[in-house]
Amino acid sequence: MSLNNQLESEYSGSLKTELTLGLPGGAQAPKSAVKRGFSDTVDLNLYTNSEDEVNVATHTQPPPAKGQVVGWPPVRSYMKKKMMTVNCKYVKVAVDGAPYLRKLDLQIYTSYKELLVAFQNMFTCLTICNVIANESKIVDISNGTEYLPAYEDKDGDWMLVGDVPWNMFVESCKRLRLIKSCEKLKLMKSSASLETSSSTSC
Amino acid sequence: MCLFQCIMNYFPEEVLEHVFDFLTSHRDRNAVSLVCKSWYNVERCSRKKVFIGNCYAVNPELVIARFPRFQSLTLKGKPHFADFNLVPHDWGGYVQPWIEALAKNGISLEELRLKRMVVSDESLELLSKSFPNFKSLTLVSCEGFSTDGLAAIASNCRYLRELDLQENEVDDRKGHWLSCFPDSCTSLVSLNFACLKGEVNAAALERLIARCRNLKSLRLNHAVPLETLQKILVQAPQLNDLGTGSFVNDPYSESYFKLKAVLQKCTSVKSLSGFLDVNPRCLPSIYPICTNLTSLNLSYAPGIQSNDLIKLIVRCKKLERLWILDTIGDKGLEVVAATCKELQELRVFPSDLHGVGNAAVTEEGLVAISAGCPKLNSILYFCQQMTNAALITVAKNCPNFIRFRLCTLNPVIPDAVTNQPLDDGFGAIVQSCKGLKRLSVSGLLTDQVFLYIGMYAEQLEMLSIAFAGDSDKGMLYVLNGCKKLKKLEIRDSPFGNMALLSDVGKYETMRSLWMSSCEVTYGACKTLAEKMPRLNVEVINENEEMEGRPKDKHRVEKMYLYRTLVGARKDAPPFVWTL
Repeated sequence: MSLNNQLESEYSGSLKTELTLGLPGGAQAPKSAVKRGFSDTVDLNLYTNSEDEVNVATHTQPPPAKGQVVGWPPVRSYMKKKMMTVNCKYVKVAVDGAPYLRKLDLQIYTSYKELLVAFQNMFTCLTICNVIANESKIVDISNGTEYLPAYEDKDGDWMLVGDVPWNMFVESCKRLRLIKSCEKLKLMKSSASLETSSSTSC
Repeated sequence: MCLFQCIMNYFPEEVLEHVFDFLTSHRDRNAVSLVCKSWYNVERCSRKKVFIGNCYAVNPELVIARFPRFQSLTLKGKPHFADFNLVPHDWGGYVQPWIEALAKNGISLEELRLKRMVVSDESLELLSKSFPNFKSLTLVSCEGFSTDGLAAIASNCRYLRELDLQENEVDDRKGHWLSCFPDSCTSLVSLNFACLKGEVNAAALERLIARCRNLKSLRLNHAVPLETLQKILVQAPQLNDLGTGSFVNDPYSESYFKLKAVLQKCTSVKSLSGFLDVNPRCLPSIYPICTNLTSLNLSYAPGIQSNDLIKLIVRCKKLERLWILDTIGDKGLEVVAATCKELQELRVFPSDLHGVGNAAVTEEGLVAISAGCPKLNSILYFCQQMTNAALITVAKNCPNFIRFRLCTLNPVIPDAVTNQPLDDGFGAIVQSCKGLKRLSVSGLLTDQVFLYIGMYAEQLEMLSIAFAGDSDKGMLYVLNGCKKLKKLEIRDSPFGNMALLSDVGKYETMRSLWMSSCEVTYGACKTLAEKMPRLNVEVINENEEMEGRPKDKHRVEKMYLYRTLVGARKDAPPFVWTL
């Protein structure tokens, strides 16, 4: 299909284009046979070799991914690269009984103590109670429910938070869960038992 | 005029020169040069600072011939859209011939400022060895050099005051460039290596800072740990401008405690940046600095969430310049509006560059800022959506904009409420802001917006257009209307030959025109080049399979034209055709 035909068919029914980035609803696209709108740039096959091709196009570059155009938004490539290097380790945090999960960036903390404070800030009904040295408990003061922080490691095992050095923990933690203390026994049983130790206890 | 000229010529040249000394802006000096021959001569011999907006508009020999005694040179190379990967690597912009020529002709260079140029280690070494009085090097968005080149600068420039590296792509050889500053170097006033990726020797850095008692500006890279920052600040509490390195520490540790104590003493810090790696729990340590800050750049701190940002900003009542990420949100911008009454410049950058769909800012944030900050004159705003009503309100609130750059993340998004193009909104901006010099438009836009721009934007010097307009009329409105236009850059817009060729003389009044993914054809570019010998019309061809030149009727993907005194450049790569 020649370039112009393709353009016209794009516009004759603007709702047809799957990439409706420009015009939600019924707003009319200005009709012009040669207007190249944003959606055209992305959808258009610019690499035809037909005789009436009037385009000295960039044959060597791969077509941009749907919805992405070279150089947009116009942010300096230096900035883009810099932001990509930022160390970031977001993990999901689940609390037994809560209807939704949260996410935490483990890289910004430097100790278990900070992590517990983060839980406290994130789930405002909870407070830290340092009962025994290595096992800090988190308590919902409204109903006295105790929670233990646990995490799923790289091997898929659920572990109690606090046993390994902090950096090792950050490295291996895939996600976090605040388990109700009473559930702890169940968890240990299911881990101790044979097959997969990936969490099925939720 | 005759009488005036007689009177002025009565004064000896030294007096004229002394009077001209008060003129520092190159535009004023250019204007003065046009008055008469004697003023031209006095001015040219006394000009100390030369500004070249396009390195290919002249050559070094011409500059040296006209200004034999200059000491400071500013050069800009690649077109602006090179920042967004629209210009191929190896396009050009080499500083080497300039340094060679200056060295050969005995120019006593003291200051060199380069933007978007290719700088090699060889160039840096030549620079460091050729000019004994060299004092100041500023490189912005440059590439082509490594830390070896920096080592040469550090080793050889005995009186170096300023080494300012902003957003350059530097090959970090993990050498010891910083350790190359000799023990005798005590002259540093400004050191910015934030863009480097590698480590520097902490002890060498501390010693350097300790002996440079005049150091006012220091921007570290993110490899410098917090402990080192603390030690440095003990030695240099007189800093005005600080860019932190890594700002990650355990807030319960002793080193953090020491940091807090030393930051309380840094009462001269007016400008703050950095925080690429940050533990938000450590931010309270900078609260004491916030009260004096006039400039804050957190655009490289994606680790600081909205509520922590707000806690910082609420303490920065004297802020005049704020660069931030859109993680601040509309609510955060309302806090800025309520707090920063001295704000002049705001830049809100997008944090989510991979389309994951994180919340950005909207027109509400912009309206809040315009209402709360009466001194606002410069804005760069990346936003999720915009409305005409908001822009009209902003125009009413802030008639003093000099720079207005709006960037909708979807480049053709219409008014979020009415679904109409954003023509009227931008029209209100240009009508209200009579001093507007720079404008970037985005969103769904028809030819109408360009009618407004041509009609009202009388002071406009730079215009950036993307995915806008319907026909050649749009571009014509701008070319005919904006008398002071210097730089026009257009991408992905339906402007073609008729617009390009309607007023060919216009381009000699401008620095440059960039058009990519538009409708101009190869034939039209040739015609333009034939008619205007004092323009370089460059066509960038990225089609490797093409044999020979395109046919006249073929569209040109990228065209860059600029006025020049020296004809086609000799360093153009094979894929750049100067017609």
